[in-house]
Amino acid sequence: MNLSNSEINEMYLDVLKELGNIGAGNAVSALAMMIGRKINMKVPVVKMVKLQEVPEILGGAEIPVVGILLNVEGDIEGFIMFVMSQASAHLLVNMLMGTALNGYSEFTDIEKSALMEIGNILAGAYLTALSSLTGFKMIQSVPQLAEDMAGAILSFPAIQFGETGDTALYIETEIFEESSRIVADFFLIPTIESYQKMLRVLGVA
Amino acid sequence: MMEIIKVGMADLNVTCYPNALTTLGLGSCVGVCIYDTKIKIIGMIHIMLPYSWGVKNNTNPAKFADTGIPLLIEKMEELGASKKNMVAKLVGGAQMFEVTRSEFMNIGKRNVEAAKKVLQDQNISIVAEDTGGNYGRTIIFYSEDGRIEIKTIGKGTKTI
Repeated sequence: MNLSNSEINEMYLDVLKELGNIGAGNAVSALAMMIGRKINMKVPVVKMVKLQEVPEILGGAEIPVVGILLNVEGDIEGFIMFVMSQASAHLLVNMLMGTALNGYSEFTDIEKSALMEIGNILAGAYLTALSSLTGFKMIQSVPQLAEDMAGAILSFPAIQFGETGDTALYIETEIFEESSRIVADFFLIPTIESYQKMLRVLGVA
Repeated sequence: MMEIIKVGMADLNVTCYPNALTTLGLGSCVGVCIYDTKIKIIGMIHIMLPYSWGVKNNTNPAKFADTGIPLLIEKMEELGASKKNMVAKLVGGAQMFEVTRSEFMNIGKRNVEAAKKVLQDQNISIVAEDTGGNYGRTIIFYSEDGRIEIKTIGKGTKTI
């Protein structure tokens, strides 16, 4: 199969949607358990976006966002990345730490490690879902966090996708907890070889 | 009236006085800015990857340093600029995350190196550069004098 993500067909997108769904479901359960509160989730939005549009995804290339990146190794190699607005990241931290949101201030070191831990849990849940579907073993690395302009943070997944085509796979997960609304963008970025491996096992390629 | 024209990711554009070119939130990508020192024509390209060879779906030349920069020069020449009067400035090429594996760990640095190599092959000298680091940059490139305003989050603004 000559892999190019601009040639992705409906069936392929459906599989990815289902993966996103199961993964996000797992992740939200894990998060709910961690904070001891009920959390609701919208069905994730899975779509292909043009590379030129990637920096605009979060409402503008210059909007400050938080990005959490993890390496994936094992049978499938690549990256997992979560991106959210500073407001969403603050809400998440507050949920986790049980603190009130009093306007925006810089994240403390403890808050940053809390966010990275959330990244760990979410990635773990996604990978577990993926692993049980495909039978592949995947190991995640320690997460890294960066706070910067959306365009700069998103250039990472964009470049990865740029190697295979002119579009990027984008999964938006929205979670609610009573009045709080958190939107997290999620990018799963397998290497080209791993992509093919995964699709083959899922019966798409 | 001056117009500020946007250049997207994997995109390029050229303009003349009094207009300016801008690209927002450059991370590991590199903004290559070229201007003609005699007449006020400028060009900017937002490259994502160093080389097009070995890459599938390399149909967009503006995505790569090796295919994009020559195309940018061509577009400037079409507007009346002349290659012998061109000089370049480079911005971006940051490393947003400390990735420990894969050839991607230095994509920012590799983009800068490729841009330099291509400019050298084209006999265009680099007169200023603000590259590297681990932060994003927004740039505005003015046709008036070829100056570039660089904005960052938490690291202030500077001009090269």
